[in-house]
Amino acid sequence: MAGGVLDRASVDAVLNDLDEYAVEEALRIVEAHSPTGESGEASGHTITLISMGPDRATDAIRKALSMGADDAIHICDDAFAGSDALATSLVLAEVIKKNGYDLIICGTESTDARMSVVPAMLAERLGYAQMTFAGSVTVDPATSSIAISRVTEIGIEKMTAALPAVVSVVEKINEPRYPSFKGIMAAKKKTITSMALADTGLAAEAVGAKAAWSSVKDALPRPPRGAGIKVEDTGNGGSALVEFLAEKRLV
Amino acid sequence: MSDMSTVLILVDALDGKVSSAVGELATFGKRIGEVVAVVAANDGAGVAAQLSSFAIDRAIICTGADFASHSIAPIAEALAAAVAKESPTAVLITSTARGKEIAARLAVRTNSGLLTDAVDIDADAIATQSVFGGSTTVHSAVNHGTSIVTLRSNSVEVQSGSGPATTEVLAVAISDSAKKSSVTSLEATVKGGRPELTEASVVVSGGRGTNGDFAPVEAFADSMGAAVGASRAATDAGWYPHSHQVGQTGKTVSPSLYVACGISGAIQHRAGMQTSKMIVAINKDPEAPIFELADYGVVGDLFAVLPQATTAINARK
Ligand SMILES: Cc1cc2nc3c(=O)[nH]c(=O)nc-3n(C[C@H](O)[C@H](O)[C@H](O)COP(=O)(O)OP(=O)(O)OC[C@H]3O[C@@H](n4cnc5c(N)ncnc54)[C@H](O)[C@@H]3O)c2cc1C
Repeated sequence: MAGGVLDRASVDAVLNDLDEYAVEEALRIVEAHSPTGESGEASGHTITLISMGPDRATDAIRKALSMGADDAIHICDDAFAGSDALATSLVLAEVIKKNGYDLIICGTESTDARMSVVPAMLAERLGYAQMTFAGSVTVDPATSSIAISRVTEIGIEKMTAALPAVVSVVEKINEPRYPSFKGIMAAKKKTITSMALADTGLAAEAVGAKAAWSSVKDALPRPPRGAGIKVEDTGNGGSALVEFLAEKRLV
Repeated sequence: MSDMSTVLILVDALDGKVSSAVGELATFGKRIGEVVAVVAANDGAGVAAQLSSFAIDRAIICTGADFASHSIAPIAEALAAAVAKESPTAVLITSTARGKEIAARLAVRTNSGLLTDAVDIDADAIATQSVFGGSTTVHSAVNHGTSIVTLRSNSVEVQSGSGPATTEVLAVAISDSAKKSSVTSLEATVKGGRPELTEASVVVSGGRGTNGDFAPVEAFADSMGAAVGASRAATDAGWYPHSHQVGQTGKTVSPSLYVACGISGAIQHRAGMQTSKMIVAINKDPEAPIFELADYGVVGDLFAVLPQATTAINARK
């Protein structure tokens, strides 16, 4: 822990596996509306990857480019280190505003910090329709509209909106493709544009650990659970379990 | 900090029914100060009428059809209006997918810090979170604006109270910007008599060890009034719906009792259940890692242990 920020570097350098679902969904949407059925130039649509992360994020960006995205923006600056969800959404919103897109597709949550809040924050900051937790997505370019099935604990909500929209997709929305050899070769020639703090137009005080809207007071390893009871079932394991639960007033 | 501070708690009752999670928010809120419930619903008065047994001091009622038809943004807007009016120390919201998104938009609108998935909060609004798959306990505080905190249900025993002494209506004109997405239909999760997974005080989960037969898991769950969960091995195989998956890429549960049946205890599964207060494991393999977590482990065949346990529980009723 440094400066009131949890060090996530030790957790996993692999970019968010959920984002592959977002890339795959973008490809499927473009392919569905491409005259040749393929993404890329012939489709008349472009898919830009936007990733905010350290230098080592480039590997994950290359992988997503090899799946078929057209180009990428890598937002990378030491000043961004330690950004919380609010700062992250602020930076992403600035970059998105600068370029203008019809559709923003995000994963639902990162594997390390379980904050599924960035997409909602982006929608709020951009004033775009919020179409999050999508279990299916249909885009109609003719009417510039989008429909999703939103899957949450309350059930399945069918939702519609006019573009632009911020979509987040749930795991299992699709089966992300493996990059083909051709895709891997093509990705080597695709452009990854780096953006530093100065390119976003934001002040250094607005981002990174210093700007964090919340801070960690302390972080302690969870005390190991006390050694439990382990019994072998020799014919009355079920009854013995219920006796234990009754003792603990759980039945 | 008590007495001088005001805490807003969100009463989000899409189906018109107030859940015990609201009682938990009130219980937490009381530690910090005066508790003001903000109701944002189609039938605001009908929802507010259900608050009478909770430790709530006042209620602010926002009524309108937009809350149901435009999902998240209008509720955040109503809450933001209540924040502007009350200047609270904290806003407490239940940590569901909906709740977290409402909190996210509110944080942006009010330029305030946000802490999600808290399991506890103290009088100074310092929240306790469990991170990195439950391996680390973190205490965090918001240091900018209002403390916006989402709290997991089943985190505290509901303290009863006499309900709001006063209620007032807050008229909020929902902006066009908050109506950009529209809900055209809602197919509510079929409860089938079982409690919702993330709200249940008892969860019984089945894994690959069920070999696709969830009947004994469900029967035991029903005898306990429990929700049914599943490991990814079980949801991947199509044995149980993905919406019931517990773990890193599924739901996070923290019930009073979690019963893992035929589940090995992979790190990704633990991430979703290891903050449960009591853990019971039933597994054929005495070396299964789930036993490291279990307060009570039965080494045995779930097809023998569960039916016997179900019978024993039903016999006690
Ligand atoms: C990125 C990622 C995310 C993941 N997310 C999740 C997640 O969210 N949730 C999740 O659960 N997993 C998740 N996993 C998968 C996880 O790694 C495990 O593969 C999975 O949890 C295994 O499920 P299981 O315990 O049911 O199956 P297994 O590991 O195969 O265990 C089955 C157990 O059943 C026991 N058994 C067999 N027959 C019986 C019987 N008759 N009676 C009693 N016991 C019996 C066996 O001894 C064994 O211990 C994820 C993996 C990855 C890589």
